[in-house]
Amino acid sequence: MTRRGRRLALIAAALAVVGAAAGLSLYALSDSIVFFYSPSEVAQKAVAPGARLRIGGLVKTGSLVKSADQNVAFVLTDGAHDLKVAYQGLLPDLFREGQGVVAEGVLAAPGQMQAETILAKHDERYMPREVVDALKKQGRWQEGTTATQ
Amino acid sequence: MIVEIGHFALVLALAAALAQTVVPFWGARVGDLGMMDVGRNAALIQLALIAIAFAALVNAHLTSDFSVLNVAENSNVAMPAIYKISGVWGNHEGSMLLWVFILAIFGALVALFGRALPRKLRADALAVQGLISVAFLAFILLTSNPFERLSPAPFEGRDLNPILQDPGLAIHPPLLYLGYVGFSIVYSFAAAALIEGRIDAAWARFVRPFTLVAWSFLTLGIAAGSFWAYYTLGWGGFWFWDPVENASLMPWLAGTAFVHSVAVMEKRDALKIWTIFLAILAFSFSLLGTFLVRSGVLTSVHAFANDPRRGVFILAILAMFICGSFALFAWRAPMLKQGGLFAPVSREGALVVNNLLLTTACATVLFGTLYPLALEQLTGEKITVGAPFFNLTCGALLLTACFAAPFGFSLAWKRGDLLGVVQRLAFAIIVGAVTAVVAVAWLSGGPIFAPLAMGLGVFVIIGTVIEVVMRSWRPGLTAGVALKRTFGLPLSFFGAALAHLGLGVTLLGLSGLGFGAETIATLHKGVPAIVGPYAVTLDSVGERVGPNYKESIASVTVRSGDTVVAQIEPARRQFAAREMSTTQAGLKTLHFGQIYVSIADPAADGSVPARLYWKPLVTLIWLGGAAMALGGGLSLADRRLRFGVATRAKAGASALAQPAQ
Repeated sequence: MTRRGRRLALIAAALAVVGAAAGLSLYALSDSIVFFYSPSEVAQKAVAPGARLRIGGLVKTGSLVKSADQNVAFVLTDGAHDLKVAYQGLLPDLFREGQGVVAEGVLAAPGQMQAETILAKHDERYMPREVVDALKKQGRWQEGTTATQ
Repeated sequence: MIVEIGHFALVLALAAALAQTVVPFWGARVGDLGMMDVGRNAALIQLALIAIAFAALVNAHLTSDFSVLNVAENSNVAMPAIYKISGVWGNHEGSMLLWVFILAIFGALVALFGRALPRKLRADALAVQGLISVAFLAFILLTSNPFERLSPAPFEGRDLNPILQDPGLAIHPPLLYLGYVGFSIVYSFAAAALIEGRIDAAWARFVRPFTLVAWSFLTLGIAAGSFWAYYTLGWGGFWFWDPVENASLMPWLAGTAFVHSVAVMEKRDALKIWTIFLAILAFSFSLLGTFLVRSGVLTSVHAFANDPRRGVFILAILAMFICGSFALFAWRAPMLKQGGLFAPVSREGALVVNNLLLTTACATVLFGTLYPLALEQLTGEKITVGAPFFNLTCGALLLTACFAAPFGFSLAWKRGDLLGVVQRLAFAIIVGAVTAVVAVAWLSGGPIFAPLAMGLGVFVIIGTVIEVVMRSWRPGLTAGVALKRTFGLPLSFFGAALAHLGLGVTLLGLSGLGFGAETIATLHKGVPAIVGPYAVTLDSVGERVGPNYKESIASVTVRSGDTVVAQIEPARRQFAAREMSTTQAGLKTLHFGQIYVSIADPAADGSVPARLYWKPLVTLIWLGGAAMALGGGLSLADRRLRFGVATRAKAGASALAQPAQ
């Protein structure tokens, strides 16, 4: 094989791999992106049921209901709007009423979510950034304090 | 007082680093040997000073000196000594100090063992290394001073974040940093070679040990981090494609590509420009990782602080080193002479394919990690790119690379015989394919990943073993001769074989994901809950008091049929200082698989909500990682690759001859 042929083979191989990766990326991107909304945005955008979402807000005080087989239900709020969340499984170590959490799952019906993952903060100084931003939007965040209802 | 000495030593270290940057670089330009040698001493002095600073901080943590802000915020009198020490790097300021400490160690290694190197190359490399130190020492002193005092001093510290109070955290960051920062040497030498405009196999021979050290530690660090997440987060996952994990995976992928391409350069004098490019890339990804983790752009357990000044400062460092090195690369790389021709089907060709796949996989991870950040900046839209994206892109590319690995390992240098290699590997190919097909039938309808990984794992392991055997034995050779030939093989060959075996073992471990079982149940005393082939029964619930926590323990018995296979004690720990609780998963290893039980707080009626998992082969994931790192270590022990062993005698002779010149 000539020097030129070798170089062409190399370039062809590189293009094939990069092309395959780009194609895969675009394909994968179209169905594995999950949008983050606050309960208000869910209400305003009238998100259709069946959509995969991440929703951040505060767990409404007094809304947590635990039933058999580790089924839990609670209400996520950003002050303006509420969203009911159903979940089965162990809640994270730092899940508490009045605290910020992020729920990821599928919108079962308007205003109702079947969550597959619940994320809470890692320590008491930390609040999920998305929740802070969502609360700031609603004017309910005071710098330096833990927001409570 | 000791704390102030530490602070002062850190300031002096910055001065030493400045000297290490300016003087040898200038010396190399004007050809002054004395000035070039300043780099060597400055590197050693810098290490000594940073060691003093680090020791001062460790001392403050060990003696619980709460007049130091860093100690007061991250330590507690009641903590066991090991966590008092690991608490030094369990926070932003301390972990940056560990970062520069390791940077200085690597700089000093070059100073000590670089005698065989051309003087100018060493001077330039130490100067670049010094510049990295200057940037990060300035960062620490200006924005993240670990020695800041607090007045009045509190009686008690705020405690280390309880999920970080774990043996895993004690070792994970130092291992990871040894890897991240180890690539700085490779970067410095790449920059020095570009400044010189000359690069050869001797360069590769000197850089390779550092690469292997960095790569092996990075592998161990990632494996340790993954294991830690697996047993502390309480839901049995070991890899989440979290941006912070991706930040460590990217330098690993680039570094793995580099380990392979530098071998081509060393043996065949080819792929020089590409190797230099990868050297810059690997450290650039380390810096990017540091930025992502330390700047507060991401929120995770790793992001300790959200001071925007820090983010901007690290971004500036990142831009300077990445843009600077790529500008240098664009300017000087065309001057490097290419050598070593090879046919497309050859060991070199296979390593090019390996490099292509690894760097493309790395690019997909980079894209998936930065895309959400970029989108949020541009449109305000908040998205996450989840595991399915990475599995489909990075995962598919890496599996392809795994498939190619045994072929590349068996091909000859320069010109290979692909048909011959396929014949040699026929047995491995057949067994691997049969395994995959059987696994598909077994799982019937599950995700295709598990059987594929299992078949590939078997193929990689058998293929590697075949190559090792073929190197030393042919039909007709007696056992004695074969043994002699085996001992004649270089250690670096066995290192590579062990690393490839580790890859196969990790693949097998990953394939276990498809065969596991998960049960969410509320455990009542005496009532068995079924998970996979096992039944888990709650025996009792108790309480225990630890040094700085209280824990509720559930004692459970695991049975297979009627035989008891394990007694395990998952627990929940309550830490008073931060009013936090953590989950201590109960684990039992059975034939490389694990039974995993994590519990929530016991209810008033004595029942315990729990998650039960049966995870077959799961330990192989980390054992494979350890085998890869060990393979790197084995290559390192190869006499031919030890720093300048072959050339030291010559260097000694020329050093004697020098005064006469």
